[in-house]
Amino acid sequence: MLLNQFLILSAVLFSIGVYGVLTRRNGVMVLMSIELILNSVNINLVAFAAFREAIPGEVFALFVIAVAAAEVGVGLAMVLLLYRNRRNIDLAGIDSMKG
Amino acid sequence: MIDLLAATTSSVTSIPLGITKEGNWFLQNAWLIPLIPALSFVGILFFGKRLPRGGSELGIAALLIVFLLSICTGFAWMDHRDNFHGEEISQTLISSEHGEHGEHGEHGEHGEHGEPSLAVVNTATWFITGGVEFSVGTLVDGPAVMMLFVVTLVSLLVHIYSTDYVAGDRRFTHFFAFLSLFSSSMLLLVISENTLQLLVSWELVGLCSFALIGHWWEEKDNSNAALKAFLTNRVGDMGLLIGVTILFFASGEMIPDSFGSFSIVTTNALASSGLLSHSTLLIAACCLMAAVMSKSGQFFLHTWLPDAMAGPTPVSALIHAATMVVAGVFMIARLYGVFFEGFSIGGSSINLMALIGGFTTLVGACLAFVQRDIKKVLAYSTISQLGYMVMALGVGAWTAAMFHLFTHAFFKACLFLGSGSVAHSVHSFDMKSDMGGLRKVMPQTFRTFIIGSIALAGLPPFAGFWSKDEILAGTGGWGILGGTNGNGSYTFMLIMGMITAALTAAYMTRCVYLTFFGEFRGHGHPHESGPRITIPLWILAVLAIFAGFLNLPKGFQLVPKSLQERFGHYVEPVAGYFPEIAHATPSWSLAIVSTIVVIAGISLAWNYYFVKVEKASKESGKSLTELPDGLTTRLTLARMGHTLLVNKYYLDHLYTGIITRAVKEPIAELAYRSNQEILDRTVDTFGRTAVKIGQLNYEKIDQNLVDGFVNASGRISSDSGEELRKIQSGKVQSYAAILFAAATILAGLLIVIV
Repeated sequence: MLLNQFLILSAVLFSIGVYGVLTRRNGVMVLMSIELILNSVNINLVAFAAFREAIPGEVFALFVIAVAAAEVGVGLAMVLLLYRNRRNIDLAGIDSMKG
Repeated sequence: MIDLLAATTSSVTSIPLGITKEGNWFLQNAWLIPLIPALSFVGILFFGKRLPRGGSELGIAALLIVFLLSICTGFAWMDHRDNFHGEEISQTLISSEHGEHGEHGEHGEHGEHGEPSLAVVNTATWFITGGVEFSVGTLVDGPAVMMLFVVTLVSLLVHIYSTDYVAGDRRFTHFFAFLSLFSSSMLLLVISENTLQLLVSWELVGLCSFALIGHWWEEKDNSNAALKAFLTNRVGDMGLLIGVTILFFASGEMIPDSFGSFSIVTTNALASSGLLSHSTLLIAACCLMAAVMSKSGQFFLHTWLPDAMAGPTPVSALIHAATMVVAGVFMIARLYGVFFEGFSIGGSSINLMALIGGFTTLVGACLAFVQRDIKKVLAYSTISQLGYMVMALGVGAWTAAMFHLFTHAFFKACLFLGSGSVAHSVHSFDMKSDMGGLRKVMPQTFRTFIIGSIALAGLPPFAGFWSKDEILAGTGGWGILGGTNGNGSYTFMLIMGMITAALTAAYMTRCVYLTFFGEFRGHGHPHESGPRITIPLWILAVLAIFAGFLNLPKGFQLVPKSLQERFGHYVEPVAGYFPEIAHATPSWSLAIVSTIVVIAGISLAWNYYFVKVEKASKESGKSLTELPDGLTTRLTLARMGHTLLVNKYYLDHLYTGIITRAVKEPIAELAYRSNQEILDRTVDTFGRTAVKIGQLNYEKIDQNLVDGFVNASGRISSDSGEELRKIQSGKVQSYAAILFAAATILAGLLIVIV
């Protein structure tokens, strides 16, 4: 088993995620891109754990899944509120914190 | 080593001191008497303003307690004097080369003087320094007990009187606080066991007199008078300090294992038994005499006393009639052994003390004639009477001097308080312009004043007669008619005393006429003073009548023997610390002659004022104070004399104009020069340099460096903030872009470095 295949997959997913976060204007799409980034990290962690036969890597991946679930919960609630207040979820229009 | 041998080989003897440590509770605990007014002083100072009567009640209560204690002490002393047979304390001595004086030290026969009286001494250690123990304590004997009575009584009456006299004064509480402190210091002085304690209380008395004379210090004259009193007293205090130091070391020479002694009894006992060298005692006595001259207003340091009348009248009565000024007289009486031997009073040559006293008594009496101010008449009269006492001590008539002090305290306090009562009513002390005819409106004051005046003039049977007559007899100068063998025949002093008696009678007649007779010359409507003023006056007046009977002369045929010389018996110490003085024999002829002299003095003044001036007043239609064509207008010599007296013998001019200026001006000039040339220049240079440095500092460092730095940092933060705010777009994705950019850079750096 080669480690680098997993790493390449992870890198590709990460890049797609970053691209999505930076370019998508839809809040839900941004959240999904963040999920992609987190899961690319998970792949990395599990791959290294399997490669080095060390359990802590997999345990850490489980933690990331749990935290990601919480993060999505909070994120979707925010998007929902945004939609209620502004009738759209276009992130480009939200700049009331401009300094 | 040699000293040690000498000390061990020389025979050690001892002399009896005439003191004991046993005795009645009151005699042993006399220290309570000065302590209570001292506590009252502190109490009034801290709480006086909050009390309903401004602290006066505290002072009166303290004095009342102390007065009762003094009376108890007095009775305890009388019992002690007659019935005490306890153990007498002796002082161990080194008697090496002074052995030939041994027979003086025996002090055996007291045949003439009766049983010895043992003074009660109670001491405690004050402090120990350099192996020398300084004690503090009480010495209770006849003169101390007598003074306790006089001081507490007069002080109590003055306190009561003052509640009316200074009522409404802005420093009412302060006044009572100092009255308490004054009483306390004077009481401490009279029971002092050693000369150091005497010195301390002496200074305290001076301090209080300064504070009380200057009570109304807002007026320049009053504060000047206070300063004058204080500074004149300093002159004499120097003498006291030197005298005490001389005696300390002189007595230390005779005491084993000690190089000095402040103890009054030891010093006196050593001096009386001839164990101290005569020249040492003479020098010490002269120094102490200087202190007496300043404190007791003896010529030529008396000038402060009339000025001290600037204080409130009760203060004049307390300090300048009855108590403080007699501190000097009391000091002579206390250290009489030193003075007796030092001035050889036992011999009949004229000594310094008798001369000063005699001269003072004449000088003071003459000055009293030309005063307009009623209090100044009394002040000069006090000087004159103090001169009488000092003269009496100078001729060896110790008991007569103490007795005169005793009676004088009463009638002079009565007169002073009387004058205060008059002044309270007419708001002035000037007899010539603001008084006259007051006998009708102020009957109580008038009667007591007359009683006081007669007592002062010395007409029998008033108090002054008995004490004055004893002094005249005590001079021993009445040899031609019956003889009064005293310590010597001081005929000169007798003549001075006689002249003064006539003068005293005359100036008091003048004073009474100007104040109470003729027509009222002042403004307003005078009225009699209240009971708090008249009751003390009457108490003192009664004492001025009867106090003289306490010491009826020995051999006075009209009374039983048990009533003769009671005062002398209880007051005069017959003990080791007191010299053996001879007593004069009273003489009927002297008494009659002195009375005639007094009557002559009164008659002359009466003839002038009550007859001639009264007649002239009626003719001119207004109340005159002197004849328009009197002696001073007709005779040049009389006018010159009058001018001399009005200017107080030019003594004040001499002191301030000549002596003070001669000393002050060169010093002031020098001080001014050194001030201008040296001090001021140095200070100026310092100042100018400091200004320059400051200027430089301001321009260069402060303005450029410090301010520049502060401004620059402000501008930098402002500018950078302006730039950075552009990053804060509020858009989540731009933040995310920065986050990932930064993460990428950090990751790149991580790869490069690792």
